[in-house]
Amino acid sequence: MTVFEDEYGRSRETPGAEGTSWLGSPYPAVVADREGGVVEFNAAAADLFPRMGVGKWLDEVVPGWLADAHRRLSRPARTPAAAAPTRAGPAPLRGSHDGRLLRAHPTDSGHGDVAWWLVDDSDLTAAQDALRAERERTALLAEASTQLLASLNPDRCLEKTALLAAAHLGDAALVISPPVRNRCAVVTALGGGCKRTQLTLDPALVPGLAEALQGFPPVPARWIDPAELPSWAVPEGFGGTPGAVSITPLPGHGVPAGALILLRRGGRRAFDTSEELFARLFAARAGAALSAARLYAEQARVTRALIAELLPPQLHHVGGVDFAGGYRTSQDTERIGGDFYDVHAGTEDGQETLAVLGDVCGKGLDAAVLTGRIRSTVQALLPLAGDHQDVLRLLNGALLTARHTRFATLVLASVRRTGGRVRLRLTSAGHPRPLILRATGEVEEADTGGTLVGALPVVTSRSATVDLSPGETCLLYTDGITEARGGPLGSAMFGEDRLRSALAECVGLPAEAVVERVQMVAGDWVGRGPHDDMAVVAITAPHTTHLSAVNGHTRGRYTA
Amino acid sequence: MSTQTTTSTADLAATRRQLWAALEARDEPAATAAVLGAHDAGVPVEDLLLDVIGPVQAKVGAEWAAGRIGVAQEHAATAIQDRVVAALAHRTPDGTGPRPETGEAPRRVTVACVDGEWHALPARLLAEVLRGRGFLVDYLGAHVPTPHLIAHLHQTGADVVALSSSLPVRLPAAHAAVTAIQAIGLPVLVGGAAFGPDGRYARLLGADGWAQDARAAARLLAAGPPRADAARPAAGDLPHLADQEYTLVTRARTQLVRQVLQGLEDAVPAMASYTDRQRERTAEDVAHIVDFLGASLYADDAELFTGFVTWTAGILRARGVPGDALIAALDLLADAQHDFPRARGHLAAGRRALLRVPAPPAPGPRS
Repeated sequence: MTVFEDEYGRSRETPGAEGTSWLGSPYPAVVADREGGVVEFNAAAADLFPRMGVGKWLDEVVPGWLADAHRRLSRPARTPAAAAPTRAGPAPLRGSHDGRLLRAHPTDSGHGDVAWWLVDDSDLTAAQDALRAERERTALLAEASTQLLASLNPDRCLEKTALLAAAHLGDAALVISPPVRNRCAVVTALGGGCKRTQLTLDPALVPGLAEALQGFPPVPARWIDPAELPSWAVPEGFGGTPGAVSITPLPGHGVPAGALILLRRGGRRAFDTSEELFARLFAARAGAALSAARLYAEQARVTRALIAELLPPQLHHVGGVDFAGGYRTSQDTERIGGDFYDVHAGTEDGQETLAVLGDVCGKGLDAAVLTGRIRSTVQALLPLAGDHQDVLRLLNGALLTARHTRFATLVLASVRRTGGRVRLRLTSAGHPRPLILRATGEVEEADTGGTLVGALPVVTSRSATVDLSPGETCLLYTDGITEARGGPLGSAMFGEDRLRSALAECVGLPAEAVVERVQMVAGDWVGRGPHDDMAVVAITAPHTTHLSAVNGHTRGRYTA
Repeated sequence: MSTQTTTSTADLAATRRQLWAALEARDEPAATAAVLGAHDAGVPVEDLLLDVIGPVQAKVGAEWAAGRIGVAQEHAATAIQDRVVAALAHRTPDGTGPRPETGEAPRRVTVACVDGEWHALPARLLAEVLRGRGFLVDYLGAHVPTPHLIAHLHQTGADVVALSSSLPVRLPAAHAAVTAIQAIGLPVLVGGAAFGPDGRYARLLGADGWAQDARAAARLLAAGPPRADAARPAAGDLPHLADQEYTLVTRARTQLVRQVLQGLEDAVPAMASYTDRQRERTAEDVAHIVDFLGASLYADDAELFTGFVTWTAGILRARGVPGDALIAALDLLADAQHDFPRARGHLAAGRRALLRVPAPPAPGPRS
């Protein structure tokens, strides 16, 4: 104490010595000497530290963190490594006292006395913490929405939900899909990885799960005893019984999309109300995304099933003749349109194969539906295919009696191979005439014509018979090819002449290559411009099959 | 190139010769016999795909470029090759079990060609190689419109997409596809000559990976390319497009072709006697130049354009067409681009390259 008294002097240039104004400062201030004895303090400091008094040791009156800081500042360690005090000004430090957060700014007098200015930071810090937490949550929700809405695949959505939840909401997460025949798809995410399983589980065994799967509001987390969780609910490698569990429903578009189970490891605190609320915000987004993905998947499944019959078929080798087809719809987003083709093999050996290619007035879905009708009608009329006029007459009748007012043009080709040659019977019903590519490179037009179907009560037509030698091709096409506009100068019509010269380059090509070439030339012609539906079928008399049968490399070896 | 397989390089070379001879004769059974015979003799399917069929296809392209085979023969050869691949594919069982290396479920890969890309064989070869290595492969073929591709990905839940493109003029389409695939949260690997010999355009477009060949692609896919990060709209942004040169040149394509064609008719007297067909061919050639100029502006790489013009000069030379017209066309195009410094720069680089290379260059990019 004597040392303290000896060194005490008001004349020294401590901040307090400037005058008494600081004594009335609303901020607590304390001056202490080198030994840690209180030299002076103001009223605010006295309010804050009730035991404050001049001559007392700091240790007795202020929190330990402040007394320690004072010791460090006024009596720097004498080890050479202690370079810290040479810094420009000591940084403020923080600590708590009586439930408040204080920021302490030391001011060194240079004589060993230090004045401590204290600022109450509690409210600011609390506001900053709350702001940071909110910002993180908003960012997470935005991120979650972006990731979840990116995919319309339900499995991906489930995985994303589980991964995001495990990364941000708990130590592990399980996403349970609503049960289908007592089995639930469960996606478990832990430590950045996720696993999918199908489980037969009784939701009633997990408090709140049955309710969540039915879309009822969640059971507060504190009601769920982690020890009662069934084994499937704790992922492998989680490490013991969870310390806390939270179960949140995933609300879908009107129907529950599943439930989200969040797990925290033992020893960590339970989910508080704000965390549960946040989990519900997250679950709302995940549920909506999942629901949209499921709806899309279901719609896509229905669409696939319905248009399966309307899609252009894969053509191949039938009755010793090569068939190939190519289709391009007017809209890139659609897979079906108003053009169609089919190849029906004869039911018995030696019977003719019937190829049909046509174009329904209009495009898009409505036209596509009518192509389906025409295709099935033609298939039903197959037994009559010996007489194309009969087929067209009956088809015309069927179309006239139907509700719609659309008509169609088409070309029928009955194909039979005899020896190396292929005989075609071709009949056009208001359709562009088939082109014949000869081995010489000449391109001929089949001399057939007739009225379109579905418009007039009576239809007439004239058939042409064409023989193909090995390597020769008959090309059926729709006017989407010839009427395609484009080219290097922009707006010229592709036209029959260009089609003929493109075809003339295809001498001896297999049917697929002819189709590909025609599609490619026409496709390049239109470029990125608009175009109608385009369909092409090539019927080619193969030129090597009879040889291959002799030399032992028959198709059967690899087309089985 | 690894040669540690049991197949000797001599065997492969012999099979390549047989296959090429069969293609020249348009003899599909002989082509199939050559490849299947080699398989019977123990050559692995993957080696046949990549060390026989692939190189022979490259030769088909080179022979066409050199003017030694016609376009029809090229198509015939490609069609036969496709059938040979199909024949070989029957000998590969579908990979459905867990992958032997890791025991994980097989990765599901969608292989497709970019919208407007008709060269399907490289993608087909990759699809078969991947199938042979146990991937679940959806092969969508040539010319896949991006909306179809995206719908397919949503419906099948593929893990990763492999996109193929041969022609750099498809780079904008490829970029649109890459962006669309990444927007639905999937990683995309790209490959093919369109992306440059060192894959520089793959990086430019923000693809998640690039592979030089099918083996590299398979390795990359087995390791798993980095998961696409759904929220990264900035990746693959092309700041150089802000000058609008690409957009304006592409939009003015028809007009530019007309203008250059008109100019050529004034500059090249021989054109007066051209038939309509010849004139149209010339117009198509000019349109190609404009398309490649567009692509090089899109990629902001004059080398793309110079590569194209030197290659075209080689093609023309192989067909006995004088190269003066090409230079004249570049000059006329440059005249039309007075407001576009980047376009002028690329055209000037193309012109310099034409003057610099007196000897016929190798056809196409290195392969």
